[in-house]
Amino acid sequence: MRFRLNGKQVDVRAPAMKRLLDVLREDCGLTGTKEGCGEGECGACTVLLDGQAVNSCLVPFGQVRGRSVKTIEGLRGRHPLQDAFITEGGAQCGICTPGMIMAAAALPPNATLDQVRVGLAGNLCRCTGYMGIYRAVKKAQGSGLKAQARTRAKAGTNRTQKAAR
Amino acid sequence: MLHGRTIRSTIPCGRIRSINLTSDPAGFTVVDYRSIPGRNVVALIADDQPCLAERVVRHYAEPILLLAHEDRERLITAEVDVQYEPSEPLLDPLRSPNVFKSIAIHKGDLEAGFARADEIVEGEYRVGHQEHVYIETNGVIAVPGDGAVTVYGSLQCPYYVQKALRVMLGLPAERVRVVQAETGGGFGGKEEYPSIVAAHACLLALKSQRPVKLIYDRAEDMVATTKRHPAIIRTRTGVTREGRLTAIDIDVLLDGGAYMTLSPVVLSRGVIHATGPYRCDNVRVNGRVVMTNTPPNGAFRGFGAPQTQFAAEVHMERIAERLGMDPVRLREMNALRAGDTTATGQVLGRDTSALAVLREAVARTDFKRRRREMRGTRRGLGLALFFHGAGFTGSGEVRLASKASLELTERGARILVASADMGQGSRTVHAQIVAETLGVPYEAVEVARVDTASVPDSGPTVASRTTMIVGGLLERCAAEMRRTLGRLTPREYLKRHGPIVITKQYEAPTTAVFDEDTYTGDAYGTYAWACDVAEVEYDPVTYEIRPVHITAVQEIGRALNPMLAAGQIEGGTAQGVGYALLEEVVMRDGHMANAQLTNYAAPTTMDTPRIDVVIQERPYRHGPFGAKGLGELPFDGVAPAIANAVRHLGFDVRALPLTPERIMNAPPVRKPK
Ligand code: FES
Ligand code: FES
Repeated sequence: MRFRLNGKQVDVRAPAMKRLLDVLREDCGLTGTKEGCGEGECGACTVLLDGQAVNSCLVPFGQVRGRSVKTIEGLRGRHPLQDAFITEGGAQCGICTPGMIMAAAALPPNATLDQVRVGLAGNLCRCTGYMGIYRAVKKAQGSGLKAQARTRAKAGTNRTQKAAR
Repeated sequence: MLHGRTIRSTIPCGRIRSINLTSDPAGFTVVDYRSIPGRNVVALIADDQPCLAERVVRHYAEPILLLAHEDRERLITAEVDVQYEPSEPLLDPLRSPNVFKSIAIHKGDLEAGFARADEIVEGEYRVGHQEHVYIETNGVIAVPGDGAVTVYGSLQCPYYVQKALRVMLGLPAERVRVVQAETGGGFGGKEEYPSIVAAHACLLALKSQRPVKLIYDRAEDMVATTKRHPAIIRTRTGVTREGRLTAIDIDVLLDGGAYMTLSPVVLSRGVIHATGPYRCDNVRVNGRVVMTNTPPNGAFRGFGAPQTQFAAEVHMERIAERLGMDPVRLREMNALRAGDTTATGQVLGRDTSALAVLREAVARTDFKRRRREMRGTRRGLGLALFFHGAGFTGSGEVRLASKASLELTERGARILVASADMGQGSRTVHAQIVAETLGVPYEAVEVARVDTASVPDSGPTVASRTTMIVGGLLERCAAEMRRTLGRLTPREYLKRHGPIVITKQYEAPTTAVFDEDTYTGDAYGTYAWACDVAEVEYDPVTYEIRPVHITAVQEIGRALNPMLAAGQIEGGTAQGVGYALLEEVVMRDGHMANAQLTNYAAPTTMDTPRIDVVIQERPYRHGPFGAKGLGELPFDGVAPAIANAVRHLGFDVRALPLTPERIMNAPPVRKPK
């Protein structure tokens, strides 16, 4: 079945009813996505499906046909959130972290603390008490805006260059 | 690789009549107790728990049979028919005649103390089980070798697992290798239980001669693994009209579950902390932990102290209510000070901070004024003063005789310890201690993987001991290495003199003595002190209590890494919020009826209030750079602070969790006479 995985077109053979979580971990070798409950309660398995945070343990593989899936590996360790989770104590044991970061990546830019709380309400963390996570999200949102502005500027130059050619 | 599965009892108590694999047995590896090469026990304190049940089962979800198969689907759907002869289970700890351990603490003259009292306040306090909810469930992979086995697992105490495997497999230590995999949370839940998971995986691996992966799903993890001990605590206190405690008489009953596990040690910490951080010349604490036909309870952050200090602090609040006294004043008057003696007669040192944390918490939250202003509103404010002894109790550390090693490398040093980092950041803090002491940059210090084949036994990763005790050993290693190096850089030294590894073993810091027969003396090297203030809001329609804000003032000797220290306090506080308000293990006929995250509610972002952390530092003479143990302290006081805030709203609550049902049925707090 064809779908986009972390920006690349892929073709993966797996039963349509297999959980996306298992397809990612077992068939695609992407073990960054974690299982904490298998029943949609903990959010450790959060990935982005067409940009929306979903619990991959509840998504049958058949549903991703032709769609775009982004996992923690897709952020390539370079997303401002990843850095901020390290420096602000957003991760302790780290098991909730990939899901937490994916859920945080789906938050609106400049989210208020209340929006962050609601947006992350489906992601359990038993270690941090969430305070470090809020600090990390806040920090990343600050630096993320700058980074986004940089990429936009770069993309802009590319387009102009292409147009010039 | 094969997948493993555990077949468990479906009754709480009885005899096994027959066991039959009714599915097609092709491709299955099947193991029962007869395949155990060594002794059929999970070696810990008492060897009372079988690795696999033989003829009788003593609790629901007790392991009986193990299966492994290449195909996970076939494994999960395989059917095993177990026939039992059930017998009447013992579920009420109050009626249990089987006592695993009892402990008595005596200080002074109880009768004389009560005779001097103007008021006597009595009460019973109850707390239930609590589930760890580490987000990564228990799991190991066992790889068989030639008459040997290697285990990779999510675990806190590699050497506990190794010992259990040695006994169960009848193999010498060098043939049993235990490697800690990155561990997704532990909180005590991976202290003793992984020995069982590892034992099962090893049996399957040795029989099939293939690697076996045994990972619990959430439901199995919740139903089968250990929980925090439920407790019933009865307290009787004598107090003068002015508020001085003259006598404290406490009875502690813990429900241990079907096997002993670590219950005696949990009880020990529980009774030692049972008076709370208060001075009183006349004390009696009687504790016992008993057997019931329920899954065994075990280690969980706080280890007995949260249960007894919940009772102590709610009781203190009731004393203040009875006397019509300001609860802060009552605590100030009785708080332990340097030079005072604890219930076991330990004379407290200069780093005793009960008053300091109390005053700071009260000042920061403007406690007295805000409490007055809230009267008659839907907001309540409460506090709890508490303490926690770090390291093993009594002579535990001396008996453990832990070791830590430091190996010189080209750039600096490599740490060799068995401490498992499961999120607390011990690798970081250990490396900081070594870098600072050795005088090299932090980046020049590596931390070896926790692997029994290469690291010494630094004792278990428990009891808030990893920074204070193991970190202390590393500090000594690094200091000696620095002396050995003299003016040479590590590289120069290696070139001239070759490799060095320095190993240090625990030595009791002073003449600290604890008498386990009389329960007197220095129970811990030192204590960390804390005061939590909780603000809650109550919904008069749903009876829900919403935590609004918690201020946690904690004196921890020295915060070696303030960010990680704050993380421990915030995380421990959030777990305490769950214990106080949400987390209820519903036991039905001896088994957990709500073994799902859907109906066992660990706090989400929406349930967790704002937490303000205030760290105070009064260095402990024998801790590395003055550090005391920190991991457990933050948990101990949250539930009583919240309960006392609920009492401030007028509800006489004495049991956890404070669910709407409990609030609805709570009698009103009685006004002072
Ligand atoms: S594993 Fe998917 S929500 Fe918990
Ligand atoms: S960091 Fe451990 S569960 Fe979130």
